[in-house]
Amino acid sequence: MSLSPDDVKRIARLARIETSDAEAQATQAQLNTIFDLIATMQAVDTRGIAPMAHAQEVFQRLRDDAVTETDRHAAFQAIAPAVENGLYLVPKVIE
Amino acid sequence: MSDTSLSTLAAQLAAKQVSSRELAQTYLDRIAALNPSINAFITVDPEKTLLEAAAADALIAAGQAGPLTGVPIAHKDIFCTDGWLTTCGSKMLHNFVAPYDAHVIQRFKAAGMPSLGKTNMDEFAMGSSNETSYYGAVKNPWDTARVPGGSSGGAAACVAARMAPAATGTDTGGSIRQPAAFTGITGLKPTYGLVSRYGMIAFASSLDQAGPMAPSAEDCALLLNVMTGFDPNDSTSLERDKEDYTRDLGKPLTGLRVGLPREFFAEGLNNEVAAAVDAAVEELKKLGATTVEISLANSKLAIPVYYVLAPAEASSNLSRFDGVRYGYRAPDYASLDDMYCKTRAQGFGAEVKRRILIGAYVLSHGYYDAYYLQAQKIRRLIADDFNEAFKVCDVILGPTAPGTAFKLGEKSDDPVEMYLNDLYTIPANLAGLPGMSLPCGFDSQGLPIGLQLVGNYFSEAKMLNVAHQYQRATDWHTRQPEALQ
Repeated sequence: MSLSPDDVKRIARLARIETSDAEAQATQAQLNTIFDLIATMQAVDTRGIAPMAHAQEVFQRLRDDAVTETDRHAAFQAIAPAVENGLYLVPKVIE
Repeated sequence: MSDTSLSTLAAQLAAKQVSSRELAQTYLDRIAALNPSINAFITVDPEKTLLEAAAADALIAAGQAGPLTGVPIAHKDIFCTDGWLTTCGSKMLHNFVAPYDAHVIQRFKAAGMPSLGKTNMDEFAMGSSNETSYYGAVKNPWDTARVPGGSSGGAAACVAARMAPAATGTDTGGSIRQPAAFTGITGLKPTYGLVSRYGMIAFASSLDQAGPMAPSAEDCALLLNVMTGFDPNDSTSLERDKEDYTRDLGKPLTGLRVGLPREFFAEGLNNEVAAAVDAAVEELKKLGATTVEISLANSKLAIPVYYVLAPAEASSNLSRFDGVRYGYRAPDYASLDDMYCKTRAQGFGAEVKRRILIGAYVLSHGYYDAYYLQAQKIRRLIADDFNEAFKVCDVILGPTAPGTAFKLGEKSDDPVEMYLNDLYTIPANLAGLPGMSLPCGFDSQGLPIGLQLVGNYFSEAKMLNVAHQYQRATDWHTRQPEALQ
């Protein structure tokens, strides 16, 4: 398989990364060499093999349903690009 | 510098021959002198370091010191550190001062070990040369025209140049072991789940693991004692009894079965690296080990599998960098969506963007089964190969990297060429097994060569002793770059 510049722009759109036509061109060539490398695994017969998602067979722990966090919103919001009245400011999305 | 082993430094502190402040100052002076040419640190803050050292001195004076109290350490800039800048090597976090400490940092603080600063790294740990850092490439202390490896390149370089007695690193596909090999130090990636990932900026969560980097295996064992332990804040942290990783140091290697995977000694391996690794095998035999040939037949697929799984996880993990809650935000934008797109276009470097795009693609509708699911199935085959191998051997041995440190810029235009550097290290990450690199010689250009050991799950103490016995019989790990003495 081979990605076209339009494919690259579509993926970049999915990933929310602004990409110019020139960047898409340059990226396309590099991604295609990487996908050529990845393609080597397609020849392997994996019928009947269970996918391995994780290195250890772990399961999610459950904790008691109790409040454990303290309110640190001031510290967390002190490092935000734009904050007002305890709220994160972003461009208007609803008219 | 003279003997800077952690046990020696700790003994000097305990005997009050030196204070933690004096020790920290010695290293800060060395950083001030050498860092301009090596670029191993992104952030150094002598005032904070000396305050932490003074607190350690108070603990020592009060008789409340632990084994490493007062010994300073450098931290990879991937760990969130309360009050210190944490950039992860990216413009995206150029102004990010974390409001909390990573679990690893909490443990080193609790052990009374002052921080010497935050070390340079490939952006978001994506790279094998440290050239993708927004803060400039790190130079290899053995030859400043060469890379130190990556992604923990700053950590490796600062230890190799003795700007710090030890450092923390992280390893997703070889990021502790390959730079350790390139700079002539010892580094260990523990069994997945032994060290908490809480506050360690995520790249590929099913593979990421933090570990120690220092001149010797004994140092690494002492550091591992500090770093490991259950943490409820990491859902993959393992609940196990506390281990003493120094407990096996000193045991003879008689009867040790060393597995040599034929795939790790095949085409593509540099001759000088192969010769040094062969010599190390002979040394281990002299110490009582026997060898057995094994096969890791699916390991050749580790790179393609990794470059599906790691970018897939990364594309999801890095979606949090949107310019809303912390870090970089683009200065001009027309809408919320435009703000996301411009912030991410400007905040991420080329390699990070490439991997996010690969991840977004392999997870997208219609491609998931062909790429992501297929990669997960082959991951199982790779892990199964190791399980088979450990039925006939105690530890697997091979080269850490196919060659020695390459020149800056030599591979930076060809991602695939760069990726092939991690051929021997990635399989252990996919299986979740512990792996380590230790120095085993030099090539004809005077560049360090790394030997890799991969052990079965939770066999760190045994691996560390194999390395320790080898280091008692050899002196590669004590060598330092002459130009920096």
